[in-house]
Amino acid sequence: MKRITRILLLTCLVLTLIVPISQAGEGQLVVQGSTTVLPIAQAAAEVFMQNNSQANISVRGGGSGTGIAALIEGTCDIATASRPMKVKEILLCQKKGISPVPHIVAMDGIAVIVHSSNPVQGLNIEQIKDIYTGEITNWKELGGNDLKIVVISRDSASGTFETFSEIVLGGQKVKPEALAQASNNTVATIVATTKGAIGYVGLGYISNTVKALQVNGVIPEQETVVSGKYPISRPLYMYTDGAPQGVAKDFLEFICSDEGQKIVEEQGFVPLSF
Amino acid sequence: MKGKIFLKEKIIKNIFLLSSLTSIFFLAGITLILFKEGLPLFREINLKEFLWGKSWYPTYDPPEFGILPLILGSLWITLGALIIAVPLGVSASIYISELATPKIRNFLKLAIEMLTSIPSVIYGFLGIVVLGPWLQKFLNLPEGLCSLTASLLLALMAIPTITSLSEEALFSVSKDYKEASCALGATRWETIIKVTVPAAFSGISTAVLLGMGRAIGETMTVLMVAGGAAVIPRSFLQPARPITATIALEMGEAVVGSTHYHALFSLACILFMVSLALNLTADYFLTKFRRTSQ
Repeated sequence: MKRITRILLLTCLVLTLIVPISQAGEGQLVVQGSTTVLPIAQAAAEVFMQNNSQANISVRGGGSGTGIAALIEGTCDIATASRPMKVKEILLCQKKGISPVPHIVAMDGIAVIVHSSNPVQGLNIEQIKDIYTGEITNWKELGGNDLKIVVISRDSASGTFETFSEIVLGGQKVKPEALAQASNNTVATIVATTKGAIGYVGLGYISNTVKALQVNGVIPEQETVVSGKYPISRPLYMYTDGAPQGVAKDFLEFICSDEGQKIVEEQGFVPLSF
Repeated sequence: MKGKIFLKEKIIKNIFLLSSLTSIFFLAGITLILFKEGLPLFREINLKEFLWGKSWYPTYDPPEFGILPLILGSLWITLGALIIAVPLGVSASIYISELATPKIRNFLKLAIEMLTSIPSVIYGFLGIVVLGPWLQKFLNLPEGLCSLTASLLLALMAIPTITSLSEEALFSVSKDYKEASCALGATRWETIIKVTVPAAFSGISTAVLLGMGRAIGETMTVLMVAGGAAVIPRSFLQPARPITATIALEMGEAVVGSTHYHALFSLACILFMVSLALNLTADYFLTKFRRTSQ
């Protein structure tokens, strides 16, 4: 009896220690980088793999910097980035004999939204920054009603937050009293039901339950984002080493196709053509 | 022939033994992973800075990993939930076990058990869509998603646990006590307050502690309705951010192996230890209660 128990226990231990062996196959593609681009890459990879049974795409996050570093080290085939490469990174590429080629796959635009009863029509970047850092706390300072501003932000790890933080806050901290929400959807719901609220969401989440503000006098819409007029917007990149070949080429072509751009729109980003 | 049956029994017995051991394997595995991933944090940050730091800015440069607002957020919301759930739950259990007729008793027990079967995301959803906006209007608050909303919903979730466990405790108090008390001329009310409830006290404590465990470990609801502001709570009308919500919000996007990642695991360790302590204390009261009620 005791011996059997011992044997069983041992088997269990051995089983837990066996490490699964990963396989490398043909048509394998590693996509790594920006968390902002992650949902696009992930959703596109899923559809792409359904259509091409031989392709095996693994998508990883980590941030634009990590993705570019991985491309330079040769551990990924496509690096996704929410910003163009920095001079330092390009120099490092040259040193390692890598020639990065950028492909713009989508546009990212973020709308600043308020409650539909709010009389304020537009703000400039500086004012939005002051609201989020806690310098301005009442709507009357901005020509609105005498109402406390309820600041709604995203969890600091989200891609939308990253974009907003870079373009609007310039790296300054959001005041700790700001509500941090987990998704674009909850931000929109809360803003729709809270009179003094201000929040920011991807362009795809604007609806008639909230009011999207003009920023620096520009209305947030697909046209102004694609043309670059709307200030809280930026292109999203995928970098390859040299001109893409094989599966990488097919994958990039797929993302830029109508079907791929539809996925881009579904994920709350702005397609390149509309 | 006999030997064969004996062998069969032995095998079956060992299969059952193995199933009962799996929970221990999982517990050990989880503990190991939590600490293995959490402890490397303290190579980069000292413990005092982590526990007493007042700001949580994990993704900024330089990052700050002060978890005091998160711990206090968890405790604050749980405290609010208990203030509401304990009186309600315990009085409900007194009614069900001591005063109700068998028919009402069965009906109420069923209704309370149904309350446990509602998934927490539904509570969260109700909080965002109904309770939050209503509280905001009713109390004239700037924001509806605050500690109070979260506490109310957590109370609703802790009440079934507290009620059914207290009810069991009260019900299992020996009839002899109650009859002796009535025979001495005590009224029904006096018997309940001075005899039955004190006799079931350890059992009720277990119920409260397990209800508290339910509240402190709840994630989805607080993530949705507590507001998520990482500030030290000063009133129930302010938003707060509990530990569980922080982990759920940030784990998905923290870079594996980064300081932020380790910090989230350390947070999980703290939550795990709090939960474990609550459960162990509840267990202690339970064994004590079993001994006294026999």
